[in-house]
Amino acid sequence: MKDKGTEKGFGRRDFLKGAVVGGAAAATATPAVIAPQDAQAQQPAPAAPAPATYAFLNLEEAAFVEALVDHMVPADELSPKGTDIGINIYIDRALAGAWGNGDRLYMQGPWKRGVPSQGYQLPLTPAQFYRAGITATNAHCRKTYTKRFDQLTEAQRQEVLVALSGGRITFDGGLPAREFWTMVYQTVMEGMFSDPIHGGNRDKAGWRLIGFPGAIAVHRENIEKFKNKPFPNDPVSIADMS
Amino acid sequence: MATKLNDVDVVIVGLGWTGGILAKELTEAGLKVVALERGDIRTTDKDYAVPNIRDELRYVIRHDLMQNTARDTLTVRNNPSQEALPMRRLGSFLPGEVVGGSGVHWSGHTWRWTDMEFKVRSMYEERYGRNFIPADMTIQDWGITYDELEPYYDKFEHTAAISGKAGNLKGQIQAGGNPFEAPRAREYPLPPLTPILCSEMFDKAARDLGYHPFPRPTSNASRAYTNPDGSKFGACQYCGYCQRFGCEANAKGSAHITVIPIAMRNPNFTLRTHSWATKVLKDSDGKKVTGVAYTNILTGEEFEQPAGIVLLCAYAINNVHLMLLSGIGEPYDPNAQKGIIGKNYCYQTGVNARLFFEDKYFHPFMGAGGSNVTIDDFNINWGFDRGPHGFVGAYNVGSGFNTALPIGYRPVPAGTPQWGKAWKAATAKWYQKAMNINASGSVMANRYNYYDLDPTYRNAFGQPLMRMTFDYKENEHKLGRHSADLVNAIARSMNAVSLIPASARVEPWTVVPYQSTHNTGGTIMGTNPRNSALNKYLQSWDCHNLFVVGANVFLHNSSYNPTGPVGALAYWTADAIKRYVKNPGPMVQA
Repeated sequence: MKDKGTEKGFGRRDFLKGAVVGGAAAATATPAVIAPQDAQAQQPAPAAPAPATYAFLNLEEAAFVEALVDHMVPADELSPKGTDIGINIYIDRALAGAWGNGDRLYMQGPWKRGVPSQGYQLPLTPAQFYRAGITATNAHCRKTYTKRFDQLTEAQRQEVLVALSGGRITFDGGLPAREFWTMVYQTVMEGMFSDPIHGGNRDKAGWRLIGFPGAIAVHRENIEKFKNKPFPNDPVSIADMS
Repeated sequence: MATKLNDVDVVIVGLGWTGGILAKELTEAGLKVVALERGDIRTTDKDYAVPNIRDELRYVIRHDLMQNTARDTLTVRNNPSQEALPMRRLGSFLPGEVVGGSGVHWSGHTWRWTDMEFKVRSMYEERYGRNFIPADMTIQDWGITYDELEPYYDKFEHTAAISGKAGNLKGQIQAGGNPFEAPRAREYPLPPLTPILCSEMFDKAARDLGYHPFPRPTSNASRAYTNPDGSKFGACQYCGYCQRFGCEANAKGSAHITVIPIAMRNPNFTLRTHSWATKVLKDSDGKKVTGVAYTNILTGEEFEQPAGIVLLCAYAINNVHLMLLSGIGEPYDPNAQKGIIGKNYCYQTGVNARLFFEDKYFHPFMGAGGSNVTIDDFNINWGFDRGPHGFVGAYNVGSGFNTALPIGYRPVPAGTPQWGKAWKAATAKWYQKAMNINASGSVMANRYNYYDLDPTYRNAFGQPLMRMTFDYKENEHKLGRHSADLVNAIARSMNAVSLIPASARVEPWTVVPYQSTHNTGGTIMGTNPRNSALNKYLQSWDCHNLFVVGANVFLHNSSYNPTGPVGALAYWTADAIKRYVKNPGPMVQA
């Protein structure tokens, strides 16, 4: 399914492509940034029931998150790809909502880095940190590959994520790259395995992958009946039971 | 200007297990009681009902039933030379913030701590000599005995619907139970839960190695039950959503379905929710307390509730904080080794091995909060000689699943990629085919593990945050190594296709990830005002009409979960207060 903009010949991605290329060209006139996007990134999600619309992420951030979740959760016989499961939508809604805006986060200074055992110490809400981290990761990608993360090949994306998760990327400006990765990774897992009520795990694909039965209420009989036997893989969500 | 309210007999700060027990007992004794609870009322039918309670993101990840750290938190550091920084969100431990407290979201594991804890210093000194205990290990005897507490353990077990099997009935060892437990007067109120596959496999492996496995006693009703107060429990449904969730079946023992509703039916009782206690008020000479100052967090209005008796029944950490904020007792100073409030903060330690089997279905999503099998051969077994290993304390070993839901629990063998097709394939393959064996270890008190008030950071009420200084010491590292070796010996005997072995912790304590909501000490009980904040009835040595109830009175932490002695001590204290009101004054002469 194509989104409305694409049908009219000017979709979100086209806008992003034009805007960023134009902006980068104006600023640096570097010819390399005008290289075409790889074919995959131009494909609209075929199985998505509705076009992805975002409450928090801007165009460049959405492109980052879509590329990230499709790289981390690629389509194969076990599950659809990340955007087709709605992990991008989960992340957007989480960042737009209470958690993203620092609900339950103690936000009083003074702000000091501390030692790792003292945990999160940045003066940023999760949404602010996510935004700054995407910008910093794209800056790293531009420096290394002259392209944004979403414009990289799969092999290059893999290289970036391996370095990010291994603590081998240092962001300019001092934002802690490893902490950014920890947050990003956690949100991808939440988008894959939380109840679909939160926007991800579409069609309970994450639960089907592992045979998790979901919100099912009663195992009192099952505890003996299925002991060391396969349990039916037909997960139930909160909506299914409501 | 705070509004001064009418005087009552008793004001209780915090309405979880301890506050609930005391509210019920004291209102029934004819006292007028007001309880101040910072959280809201949540009930089984409107809040803990299926399907919306089955939400891992909301309850496990986002801490919907827990304390809100935006309003009040702790600062943390590993040692006094570090600068403490705020724990900006919850992680390592999860205090509850709701009527029913942490008892709403616990798993239910309920143990009887024995004289091996209550007489820790004298027993080790007698057997191993004074020099066996390191100079900076500030353990001491508690001033109470198992025999004194036994009837109160019994009362709590029958109130909270504990399923289990006695191992020692009046000195007679019972088949199927824990042979190392101290003598109990009667059986558990309910038989053990239906075992799950991993606990059965652990049971066999441990038995084959000569150990003594038994079903873990737990406050998950193995069948429908009516407790002695008439509170009704449903049968546990093995739903897999226990720890961090309210129970939709009313099968998990919690004050919100037992003692609190009974108190609320009593005209002597008043509950004020959204009421944040900021200070215990003292009279002019500081010999008695006069009530509690609190803020209504819905309106910001400030109140003073005068009372003849003040009971601090908040989470262990918050009880200590309130004592420090109120200036009751002398704050502990680890350098001068003076003062007492904040002393002997302890936590717990542990190791975990993960075993993978191609041909098993463990169903990690199916089980009760306490579907565990345990061995105590290295725990309350005084026959286990610590001498050659050089540590004080103990650990228990067991297997089971506690909230093995998929955001947080996706076991894969070592070396599996973290994303991509290979990650997906491994996650799919192993989610149901892994089990754990874990050890939970004690932490002995140390001179440099303590609480005090933070000099820099403040809470939403403008008051200093409490500062927690904590790290594991060499004693705990020795215990950790011993427990890892033992866990791995059992694990290796089970012929898993893949094993991630247990390894003893070497890194400092950290505020992430979740470890255990078993924080103890800070207002310790004892035999005299020089070594403790409270006497054996949990009565303040400084102000005789103040009682402080909770794991904050423990002198150190055992390997066991704390709720058994917390509940027993609440009943013990209730009896003491019933005597106190007839003859107010210090119940133990200093």
